[in-house]
Formats: sequence, C-alpha cells, structure tokens
Amino acid sequence: MTELLQYEFMRRALLAALLVGLVTPIIGTFLVQRRLALLGDGIGHIALTGVALGLLTSTSPVLTAAVTATLGAIAMELVRVRTRTSGDVALALLFYGGIAGGVLLIGMTPGASNATLTSFLFGSVSTVGEQDIWIVGVLAVGVAVVLAVFGRELFVLCQDEEVARAHGLPVRFLSILLAVTAALTVVIAMRVVGVLMVSALMIVPVAAAQQLSRSFRVTMGLAVLIGLVSSLGGLTTAFYSDLSPGATIVLLALAIFCLSVVVGGVLRRAGRRRTPEPLQPVPGGPADTMPQTDRGRVTP
Amino acid sequence: MSAQFKGAGGRASDAPHAFQAIDAHAAYDGVPVLNGVSVDIPVGQTMAVLGPNGSGKSTLMRAMLGIVPLTSGEIRIHGTPLRRFRGWRRIGYVPQRLTAGGAVPATVREIVASGQVATRRRLSFTTKADRAAVDEALDTVGLSDRAGDAVRELSGGQQQRVLIARALAGRPDTFVMDEPMAGVDAENQRALAGAITRLRDRGSTVVLVLHELGPLEEVIERAVVLEHGRVVHDGEAPEATGECARPGHEHQHPHPDPNDPDPSPADTGTAAEMIRLEVPRRD
Repeated sequence: MTELLQYEFMRRALLAALLVGLVTPIIGTFLVQRRLALLGDGIGHIALTGVALGLLTSTSPVLTAAVTATLGAIAMELVRVRTRTSGDVALALLFYGGIAGGVLLIGMTPGASNATLTSFLFGSVSTVGEQDIWIVGVLAVGVAVVLAVFGRELFVLCQDEEVARAHGLPVRFLSILLAVTAALTVVIAMRVVGVLMVSALMIVPVAAAQQLSRSFRVTMGLAVLIGLVSSLGGLTTAFYSDLSPGATIVLLALAIFCLSVVVGGVLRRAGRRRTPEPLQPVPGGPADTMPQTDRGRVTP
Repeated sequence: MSAQFKGAGGRASDAPHAFQAIDAHAAYDGVPVLNGVSVDIPVGQTMAVLGPNGSGKSTLMRAMLGIVPLTSGEIRIHGTPLRRFRGWRRIGYVPQRLTAGGAVPATVREIVASGQVATRRRLSFTTKADRAAVDEALDTVGLSDRAGDAVRELSGGQQQRVLIARALAGRPDTFVMDEPMAGVDAENQRALAGAITRLRDRGSTVVLVLHELGPLEEVIERAVVLEHGRVVHDGEAPEATGECARPGHEHQHPHPDPNDPDPSPADTGTAAEMIRLEVPRRD
C-alpha cells in the first residue's frame, strides 16, 4: 500500500477514484428508481463531444465536457417531455449524436490521435492532473449539496411523477436538476472509467445493493460502499497487476453484483424459513379455486 | 359530516368549496375526454365520481390536481385558481396503481414518510411530530406491524393501503383517491372502507373515483356519474341494478391474501361467484 502512495499520479488517481466511488452510486440510485438507468450512458456519449471540443480549443476537457454534458442532459429532458419521445429513444438520439460529434471533433484536432480518443473512451485515471482533481472535487461537492437539499423531493419524483405533481412539486425543475446532476457525475467519473463504462459505476453498485436490502436508504448506503470498494480496489489491483484501471473497476463491481445475487438469495430463503406464511391453500376451501399469484402482485 | 350536503348535489353554494370545476374541457392527443364538466365539491363532503371505462372520471380527477392540463375551463382548489394554488399540503392524493414501489426497494415507512414532502421544509430533519404522523397513518390503515418490510413483498391490497397511508402522512384535509378498491381483495376492501369512514368522520373532504360503489356505498354522500366526458347524474348514489345489485357482487377478482393471517372462507365469497368475475379495465 505504501508503494502505491509513493507516486504522485497514484495519489491523485486514488483521490479521483474515491470521489467517484462515493458520488456515482448515490445519483445512480435515483436513476434506477426512475427507470432511467441508461441516462448516464447517453450523457457519457455527449460528454465525449465536450472532451473533443476542449481538445480542439485547448481548454480543459473536463470543463468543456461538464458544460456539454449539462446542455445535453437538459436537451434530453426537453426532448422527452416536448416530443413525447419515449425515454429510451431520446437516449438513443443522444448516444449517436454525442459519439459522432466526439469522433469528428477529435479528428479535426491537430496532434490528437486514436490514443487520445481511447484514453477518454476507456478512462485514463493515471493521467489525472492537479487541475482535474480540483474540478472533480468541486463537482462532487456540488452533487452532494444538490442531493442534500432536494433528496426528499427527488425521491418522490423518481417514485411516482404524478404524485410529485399532485404534491405541487416543481416537476420539470426537479427532472432537469436530476439530469444535470447526473451529467456532472458522469464527467466526474469519466476520467476514471471512461465514457463508455461510466454508467456502470452508477448502476452496477445499485443493482448489487438491491439484492441485499429492503429499504431505499440502505440500498443507497450499500451502493456507496460497493462503489468505493470497486473503485479503490479495482484501481489498486490494476496498479499491481498492470491492468486497465477502468475495466478492472467495472469487472470488480460486476463480481460483487454476482456475489450479492447469491447472498441475497440465501438471505431471503433464510428469512422465509423464519416467518412461515400461510401460502398453502386450505384444502376444499375457496383458496383452492383461485389461481395462485405471486406475492405482492396483482394479476387480473 | 355535515348533513346539509347529503344529496345536495352541489347546491350548497354558500359553503366553501374544496374543488370547483367550471366548464372543464380536456383532451388527449386532440381526442376530447372532458366535454364541459362543472362540479362543485363542498368542504367535508365524501363524494364518488362514477362512470364506465373511458367516461373521463379519472381524467377529471387528475385535471382537478393539475396533473392533466385543461384545454378550456377552470379549476379552483379551496377557492384559489389551480395555477396559483400553493396549499398542496392540504391535498392527499392516492393514485391508481397496482404497486406502490419503484425499481429500488423501499420500506413501507419510507414510502409513507415521503407523503410529507409538501409539508416539510428543505434540509429539515425529521421531527418527532413527523414520525408520529407516519405512525398514525400506518395505524389508520392497519399496517403498523409492517413498517419495516419492503413494499414489494406486500400483497396488492396492502400496497394500496400503503398508498393511502402515504396520503395521510402529510395530515391533509382533502383527499383524492383514484380507484382505491381496484384489484383489492374483499378483506382489504373492508379495511379501506373503514379508513375512509374515519376520514369522513374527521371532517375531511374525500373525492373517490370508483368503478362501482361496493363496500363504500354507505360512506358516499353524493355521486357524480360521467359519461362521454359529461355529467349525466349528480346527487344521491344511483341504485345498483341487475347483476351489480346482487349482494356480495364483486367486480374485482378477490383472491386470498397470503400475507393476511387466516383468510376465512367468508371473506372471499363463494367459489361460484368467483368464476364469472369482471375485472375493471383501467382507463
């Protein structure tokens, strides 16, 4: 571990991974709840255009990516509401526009190569500079503040948009706020895992935590824990085994997901054994004539 | 309960109104759904909006809460035009849903507490009073012992009760419920009817969209029947006729609830009755 911290670039990389592991699963929990799990992916593609814009104009790519991703997120929210395009089609429009724009602009940039493109597509946490760390840090604080102030309202929005409206909540403002927060999170995570895998850090820890929890709060907490373990653990493993950090982080998160599916299944079975429920139909009684339905579901 | 409103059909114009729809028109994709509906709902009334599928009864309710925009006409809530209405903490809305949960697991208590979103300030901590209101709401619908359970593990009827508890948690005085009985078995229907009766006795305004009166028949003071987006009846609850008048007739598919202890045979009706059941389509 001490060897790891000797290098300036590794200290920066670990700090970036820490912030990413902390913030992405929180926003991811809301996105999964809202059934917009792939929103991060769409925004990631848009962010690539921003990165290319930064390279072309010799400004900080993280900054231009943040601006472009924010605009893209707002555009997507508007497209979704105004044109009544379904969420996934609106996302697809973003995917292709973003990636095509990025490739085109990087091609126009003198001195930029396939290597530059690859480093943003798949992450290059070891090249994170001091300025990047500052930007990432400020963005992370911003995301945390948004969630602290609006978390309760976002929970209702993601749970049931109609109910949010009936509570008089500013539904459009909250939707855009969530999309913009997601966009900034994507930009934070982009340096670590790359735009193509950025969404994995938002979604996979949440999917894993879901297996083990019955409450929203616990799911979020567990997801953060899993996010931190995968980002820091993945980066360390990649350093010692000379692997691609982004891919290692994502694969570690997926491994934790598989593990929690198994553990969750065992826990649920144990829980059921502790509290036996009268699932057996009473012989000859009216329950006999009924089709057996899943617990917690109504099948007409 | 104010006796003067019984069957008054909105004639009690001197009383304050919880909701007023004035010549309300609404349309989905250019297809008119409401064609000039005018309804006044006095404070404290327990009212049902009835009508066949596609009659616009759900749309009227959603328009009254600003979920569906009107193409013309006006909605007033507690005397204030909808656009300028800010007293949302007074409104408790129970949407028409089969399940109460989202994609991420949530406990019964979390969902119920989220009903306080309009009453609590941003960045405020949960107070003792907030917690007491959630406890009370859970108690009213009889789910106190399930507070820590995941909502998705409950039966459909219990989830419907969670949605009602969520509406109660903000301690509103005006309730709007969209088909709270749909897909709920007989025992849960009775529990729901009990909860709605308690709301009425407390002096709350309760507006219900219903497919049929069912076990709520005695609670309802006034019924408005819609057909093709127009009011065709306003006054006493209409007498059920034919098949629907048969005592014990259920439009829903009552099924034994595995989570409710001892579902006695009396709760689910006779087997013969269950075979020819009609399930209400959602409009």
